[in-house]
Amino acid sequence: MKKQYFINANIIDPYNSINENGGLIIGEDGKIEAIGKKVNTNNLPTREKPTDLKGKYIFPGIVDMRVFVGEPGYEYKENFRTLSNAALSGGVTSVVTMPNTDPIIDNVSIVDFLKRRGRDKSKINIFPCASLTQNTDGTNMTEFGLLAKKGIIAFTDGVKTIQNTRLMSRIMNSAKDLGCLIMQHAEDYDLAKNGMINSGIIATKLGLSSIPDIAERIIIERDLTLLEKTKCRYHISQLSAGKSVDIIKERKQNVKFTCGVSINNLSLNENDIGDFRTFLKLSPPLRREEDREALVQGLKDKTIDVIVSDHKPEDEESKRLTFAQAATGASGIETLLSLSLELFHNGSVKLETIIQALTSNPAKILNINKGNLSIGNDADFCIVDINKPWIVKKENLISKSKNTSIEDKKLQGKVTNTFVKGIELFKI
Amino acid sequence: MAIKTNKAIKISKKHLLGIQDLSVNDINYILDESETFIKLNQSKNKKIDVLRGKTQINLFFEPSTRTQSSFELAGKRLGADVMSMNMGNSAIKKGETLIDTAMTLNAMHPDIIVIRHQDSGACNLLSQKVNCVVLNAGDGRREHPTQALLDALTIRNRKKKIQGLKIAICGDILHSRVARSNIYLLTMLGAEVNIVAPSNLMPKEIEKFGVNTFTDMKKGLKDCDIVMMLRLQNERMTSSYLSSNREYYEYYGLTPDKLDHAKSDALIMHPGPMNRGIEIDTRLADDINKSVIKEQVELGVAVRMACLKIFCE
Repeated sequence: MKKQYFINANIIDPYNSINENGGLIIGEDGKIEAIGKKVNTNNLPTREKPTDLKGKYIFPGIVDMRVFVGEPGYEYKENFRTLSNAALSGGVTSVVTMPNTDPIIDNVSIVDFLKRRGRDKSKINIFPCASLTQNTDGTNMTEFGLLAKKGIIAFTDGVKTIQNTRLMSRIMNSAKDLGCLIMQHAEDYDLAKNGMINSGIIATKLGLSSIPDIAERIIIERDLTLLEKTKCRYHISQLSAGKSVDIIKERKQNVKFTCGVSINNLSLNENDIGDFRTFLKLSPPLRREEDREALVQGLKDKTIDVIVSDHKPEDEESKRLTFAQAATGASGIETLLSLSLELFHNGSVKLETIIQALTSNPAKILNINKGNLSIGNDADFCIVDINKPWIVKKENLISKSKNTSIEDKKLQGKVTNTFVKGIELFKI
Repeated sequence: MAIKTNKAIKISKKHLLGIQDLSVNDINYILDESETFIKLNQSKNKKIDVLRGKTQINLFFEPSTRTQSSFELAGKRLGADVMSMNMGNSAIKKGETLIDTAMTLNAMHPDIIVIRHQDSGACNLLSQKVNCVVLNAGDGRREHPTQALLDALTIRNRKKKIQGLKIAICGDILHSRVARSNIYLLTMLGAEVNIVAPSNLMPKEIEKFGVNTFTDMKKGLKDCDIVMMLRLQNERMTSSYLSSNREYYEYYGLTPDKLDHAKSDALIMHPGPMNRGIEIDTRLADDINKSVIKEQVELGVAVRMACLKIFCE
């Protein structure tokens, strides 16, 4: 590989506290050789022709902590190849995959398969999760230690929640002993039973069973109470309610844990469901505008650590049904960054905070050396035209499934190039 | 018998999916049109031919006696060819989706599909996929527009107005599409609506629809002109909402002592089928001076004829 030179870029690398106009040099080995304002035309070898980015932005490759891939079992919804192409177009270079496949990722033998497929078919970095419990049944723990040795990055039942408090306490003990990260989808099943959308006037009007926000809060409060006793690496996958943000803000003063939020819950509210739009049937559900505002505030004041896409590809057949029968989830990895930039453009959150929640924060939680532009690291990054307007069109999506929650939405800011290990894998 | 119609007024919607889509003008137009059919239904020759040559398919995914037969009769009296499909025996059982069923039926060029489905919004989905007119005969807990229209017609016939009346809707509001449609319609026409239900059967934020809510039935019935009772929908209850039927009867069943709090000339309504001795005292249900339950059924046919005619034109 030839050495590559980029100049005149706005570089934001929260991990190294870089926020300046400068350049980037990628070595022949695909690693970062130099970065920052010192890289400019004055001190580059004259024989080299650097790429002038003309003020476009360079961000570290995004680390998306919550992604569903259809392999194995649901390849018709998304496979590693289509996922990585979709990810690259959105500037995502590392993903954490959920274990809710068929079969469930719950034993050592299937991890080998997953790693092999990920390596052969994917161009981005795949960090697979295994389930917390066998078959995500919520009864018996999986082999955290053995699975972690095989390369499992974290443990979660993905779309499911550990309901049994005693089991949760034991999971935390094991996770503490073995140093594993556990991630909880917070939803009390009894309160959320048959629920599809947020409780309130919209649910009453549409005549749909609902999921009250306290269903989330009760699990969060229970887990944090357990966590006070057993200090393990604990992460709440996604928040949806304003009240949850308050509780987390308060509890973070006493106990160490992290939490994320889906870009859907940061950008949309329950009114967007309109006339039974099944693409907006999400888990956790979209809630009131006040909740959305509280989540944005939580991101702003760093109560919330991470933004995820919650990318859940579903084929048309799973969505062309009545709301009650339709599958839950939306495709979102391609629009994660652009939709996040909306929060910057409308003045809600600082750009650096957004990039931090998409790169260095998830990497830190996962304990991986990604999401930064440190010298000597793999050159995983994206180049972004932060003002470029575009419209989300179903037919232009790269993911195998087209269930975007923001069809026809006008966005500002688009990834123009994405690099993994110094190789340009996406170009607009 | 000649039917006079006001051709100048047109309905603002293509489909009848819910009362919430209609305007006050639409509602009054349907009610006025229904009046003409009441007389027709009482006459010797009940059949006219305004829908001759039209095909009406009744697609009922949920069991129904009165709504289905009422729509069937309405269609036949207007001269339409009516086909009622019992979806319990259909391809749905073999795994066909609602949309595929709709597309299949659509290919047979019906003019009207009347649908009842257990899922809220099923009629909306259907209406997006077919070319013909869709009439909602009840979708999940969302809406049952023709029931609300026939209730309004019954009230209007007896009280000569709806504006300014005080109307109590009592019972299982949470699971009731009838309650929702009635709330929209009655508040739109200027009635004051009281909702009476135990907290477990009260939908969240229902007061935002502009109704008063009560958990004490006697307070909720105070000075009411109309007492509308709803059926306790045990089949939709997945977990414990109530301790027992007898306790429910004690606190929320319509009994003479509770009815005493309403106006002395208050009318009792019920969309049926009734659980006698659970939500309503059997003597009250049959009290010809107070109960208009049979009249509701009678006017139901007229209202459905009006809807079929208006939406099919």
